[in-house]
Amino acid sequence: MILQAENPIVEVHDLTVSYDRKPVLWGVDLTLPAGALVGVIGPNGAGKSTLVKAMMDLLPSGSGYVRLFDKSINEVRKRISYVPQRESVDWDFPASVFDVVLMGRYGKMGLFNRPRKADKDAAMEALEKVGMQSYADRQISQLSGGQQQRVFLARALAQNADLYFMDEPFAGVDIATETAIIELLRTMRDQGKTVIVVHHDLQSAADYFDWVVLLNMRLVASGPTEKVLTQQLLEQTYGGKLTVLSKVGELLRKQEFPSREKR
Amino acid sequence: MKEFLEFFSFADANVRFVTLGSVLLAGSSAVVGCFTLLRKRALVGDAVAHAVLPGVCLAFILSGTKNPLILLIGAFITGWLSLILIDFITSRSRIKEDTAIGLVLSVFFGIGILLLTSIQHSGNAAQSGLDKFLFGKAASLVGEDLIVFSFVAILLLATTIVFYKELKLLCFDETYAKTIGYPVRGLELLLTTLTVLAVVVGIQAVGVVLMAAMLITPAAAARFWTDKLGVMLVFAAIIGAFSGLAGAFVSYTAPAMPTGPWIVLIVSMIAILSFAFAPNKGWVARIIRRRRNKKLILEENLLKLLYQLGESKQDYTTNRPLQELLAKRAFPAKEAKKGLARLSAQGYLEKKKSGWELTTQGIKRGRRVVRLHRLWELYLTQYLQLASDHVHEDAETIEHIITPELEQRLLEELNYPQLDPHSTHIPGVTKLIN
Repeated sequence: MILQAENPIVEVHDLTVSYDRKPVLWGVDLTLPAGALVGVIGPNGAGKSTLVKAMMDLLPSGSGYVRLFDKSINEVRKRISYVPQRESVDWDFPASVFDVVLMGRYGKMGLFNRPRKADKDAAMEALEKVGMQSYADRQISQLSGGQQQRVFLARALAQNADLYFMDEPFAGVDIATETAIIELLRTMRDQGKTVIVVHHDLQSAADYFDWVVLLNMRLVASGPTEKVLTQQLLEQTYGGKLTVLSKVGELLRKQEFPSREKR
Repeated sequence: MKEFLEFFSFADANVRFVTLGSVLLAGSSAVVGCFTLLRKRALVGDAVAHAVLPGVCLAFILSGTKNPLILLIGAFITGWLSLILIDFITSRSRIKEDTAIGLVLSVFFGIGILLLTSIQHSGNAAQSGLDKFLFGKAASLVGEDLIVFSFVAILLLATTIVFYKELKLLCFDETYAKTIGYPVRGLELLLTTLTVLAVVVGIQAVGVVLMAAMLITPAAAARFWTDKLGVMLVFAAIIGAFSGLAGAFVSYTAPAMPTGPWIVLIVSMIAILSFAFAPNKGWVARIIRRRRNKKLILEENLLKLLYQLGESKQDYTTNRPLQELLAKRAFPAKEAKKGLARLSAQGYLEKKKSGWELTTQGIKRGRRVVRLHRLWELYLTQYLQLASDHVHEDAETIEHIITPELEQRLLEELNYPQLDPHSTHIPGVTKLIN
């Protein structure tokens, strides 16, 4: 069941993404509504992070295209923000919490410019929103997992974007942090922002999201939560990989075959 | 000593130039090295350093002169080529980066040595001195060489200052940099170019074989002293500059000595000292911390024992001799004696004729340790479902590290308990009403 959103903020057309020639996402075609909390859900290795990264043009796509705000991504970089997985960086880097949050302003500052007073204010405000203002001077290697996640969130908030992509913001955080984060995301949605969240916990999905994308190497469903989170669709998503699809993908890799013929 | 004064009076113009040059070269490569280190590309620096040798030799063969600019360009080209080759091999084959670095490093260096040897046997009189690129010779940094190399060094420093914010983000979170529209490929290219340039100017002083140390060691040493990137850059520059100065001195006083190994020895000494004595992270600080912990544990155990001995009769001010304490618990006698003396110096104990007595503060502190011990035992049985005869050992350590805030949390979560899992009274548990 793939339902289309009216006036979509994200449009994905026939997107195929491969690692080392092996497609990990096949022909994804969907639209997402503005002003919603969107959950991207599926089992491990379903290509959830891959989809989000491909939407942000962080991975080369084999075919298809993505449009955000009905424009190509490079025209709207200032309006989007990304929260990568916590483990994707080395937290032993010589930087303070405030330094990292201030990075959220780098896009607005432009190259060569130094942070202005206003940028520092914005970074501090973002830290307050995630309840970490008293940690501003803390060295980032001293943070717990949940605190690291809040810092990354604050960095994204400091960007003041309209569309947020978050890769597993709830992974490995304590209950208190998870509640605080979801509250924050709801507030953002109520202010008209769109938040797209990669999420692996089915239990909380129905409660958290307005719109759900079910994924397992291909798009299983996309639509309002109550229509999509059905027994049948969940079984399709979690009922194991499509064996033939995996095998064909593996063949493409082994034979060094292109996933699309060149036109 | 005479040479020392002669050198450090800087009266000789030559000495001034050599010193200035070495300090600039070593300092600038140390600053660039910080970013190379943080980007986890330390080994790449080594590969580039070795790969510039064939470039220097080829430039000499083709031009027939030792014009520093021409040699520098030659070095730059092969240094760059080696990096591109490493990237190419890693992305286009199954060979991993470390293997690719090893391959490229040895092939380029092999060709370099081959060319150098053939130049040396060619009978060309102009070649004398080319071999100083192997191990470096700071004292030869004069005239035109000095101007060219110093210019490049200043350029390096200026570029890192201008691109400070961009390089910082590149090293910390490249993916994020991409999402905010930073030209990540371009910045990578910039950092690579800076690395190659740093190596190219540095080899004059240190030589290709040991250049990697000049790039990485000051940065690694500086990292021990600070958690701020800006400060780290400054420290690395100072460490680099200092070893450059030392190298120039050695090169001046002992002309037969190769400068490179000396500079590297000095900078390595600084790194080892940093490793040993840096606050918090150095091993001396860690040993001190460990010893302090050991003392604290012993002292608190003594107070706890004295408190426990008084518990049955609710009389905590009985004098107890050391022998009685040792009979109850196997403290090492000598340590226990010292511990008791320290506790009495701190005012927790008083020495009476027949033994030791707790003061009011001593009773309080002893009671706190006993309380924490029993609280933790209770916590383990309730929250971790451990059997009550399995919790004592664990509580023995934890009782010394729980902070007042955590104690409060424990009290709340356990709902101000009065009895521990062994049905013993937990002393001093009162609910604060506010």
